[in-house]
Amino acid sequence: MFIWIIKRDLLLAVRRQSDVLTTLFFFIIVVSLFPLSVGPEMNLLRAMAPGIVWVAALLASMLSLGRMFSNDYMDGTLEQMLLSPQSLSLLVLGKALAHWLVTGIPLVLMAPVLGIQYDLPVDALAILTFSLLLGTPVLSLIGAIGAALTLGLRGGGVLVSLLVLPLYIPILIFGAGAVEANMAGVEFDAHLSLIGAFLLVSMVFAPWAAASSLRVSLE
Amino acid sequence: MGGGTAKKGNRIMNWSNISEFFSMGGYGLYVWGSYGVTLICVVGEILLIKNRHRTLEKQYGLTHDINKKETTHETTS
Amino acid sequence: MAINWFKYSSPASFYSLAGKMIPFFTVIAIILLAAGLYVGFFIAPTDFQQGEAYRIIFIHVPAAWMSMFLYVVMAFWAGIGLAFNTRLSAMFASAIAPTGAMFTFVALWTGSLWGKPMWGTWWVWDARLTSELILLFLYIGFMSLQAAIDDPRRADKAGAIIALVGVVNIPIIYFSVQWWNTLHQGASVSVNQAPSMATTMLLGMLIMVFASWMYSIAIILKRIRVIILERESHTSWVAELQKKGTVS
Repeated sequence: MFIWIIKRDLLLAVRRQSDVLTTLFFFIIVVSLFPLSVGPEMNLLRAMAPGIVWVAALLASMLSLGRMFSNDYMDGTLEQMLLSPQSLSLLVLGKALAHWLVTGIPLVLMAPVLGIQYDLPVDALAILTFSLLLGTPVLSLIGAIGAALTLGLRGGGVLVSLLVLPLYIPILIFGAGAVEANMAGVEFDAHLSLIGAFLLVSMVFAPWAAASSLRVSLE
Repeated sequence: MGGGTAKKGNRIMNWSNISEFFSMGGYGLYVWGSYGVTLICVVGEILLIKNRHRTLEKQYGLTHDINKKETTHETTS
Repeated sequence: MAINWFKYSSPASFYSLAGKMIPFFTVIAIILLAAGLYVGFFIAPTDFQQGEAYRIIFIHVPAAWMSMFLYVVMAFWAGIGLAFNTRLSAMFASAIAPTGAMFTFVALWTGSLWGKPMWGTWWVWDARLTSELILLFLYIGFMSLQAAIDDPRRADKAGAIIALVGVVNIPIIYFSVQWWNTLHQGASVSVNQAPSMATTMLLGMLIMVFASWMYSIAIILKRIRVIILERESHTSWVAELQKKGTVS
């Protein structure tokens, strides 16, 4: 059932290419906007690069949170999922991981390319990609709670960002901090291990919380 | 005992006069700015609840009168 | 004589209980406030470093403590409401949120106003001010979620979940912000080491803390009465209340 839901969501995503691409292009555009606003001066950009890439990844993954449950909610499959004998948290975990595969992975793959735009040293690029790889699933998992809570609400999209952004802040701090620590030559594995810890904790608690919020939203 | 209060007496007025009190050693803007905003927030909060009550009563008054009007209508006819 | 405490878990009986308690707490709040300000402004000496600017502490620290404490209390009531499905505790959570948000805003405002003379800038990305700012976002998130949902039952439960998720995240956010940057001088009043402030200053501040407690209880009880009326408008006891014209 768990694998089935991931396959199903991936199939849906492949059929509707636009979702995947909009998130990716949003990420690229936001990252490329900053040099235009801040000026082409290289070492300033290099200093800001980790923060910019991370914030852009955060916003991009949040952009598509609204659609995580809403399509199934519209055509009623979500109610069937609620009724199914399978544990709802497993289903939600599947949906969150599917969302991560659809939006997180493209960001991770695109990050080094954009890092070159900011003339990041090679190992900083590697750390950036790795921290994004660890961090983006946490974004999808915590985002699943926000998406479940604001299911079917008017103005839900804005509300999700309001609910979920404060919860993203620790991951943003350690994600950007890891790359900065690396560029400053300081050891950075503490940051990465903390993001790994967030990942494990949110993998356990987020689906459970999102499942109970789904039950609340669909009563 | 009297002595104690006398000593406290002269120290009680940290400020020799009112204007010095408001200037607060040159930091008047900051001190009174923060106390003023706190006062505004507190009073604002109380007023918010009061007018929430009033709109509630207005809404009740309305529904209440309608019930009364309806019932009187029935009885008279 | 076992008092049946559960009698007060029904909105109707709690409404009258709250009505009796409000004047009691308001009077205490006013007395403590007057005493605190009196000690703070007239008895506490001028600080040798900061001169008079430090007197903002008498409103900044109580507000900051209250904002964090009220969020935890709100999450507690929200949790109880979610677990036991008692409507009144959920109403308590939504009654606490605006006061908590107000205290957070006051803490931020007075913090930045105090920062200006001390650090020279209105806003400093200091660990505690930043986590206070994030706490304000959590409050606003809670209130806007509850406002966006029309059906009160779903609003309560959704609010409860976001409050509980938030309260779990507060220590994480606090320590990550602490790790990220700490400018703030060490906590001048912390539980273990002796406070590095004159006793009268500390006394003034503690009185103000209790004054803000009493004030919060009074204002929250006042707001919960309004929420009870709003939510129970269809019930019979509210109609009687209305007939008697005592919907005070």
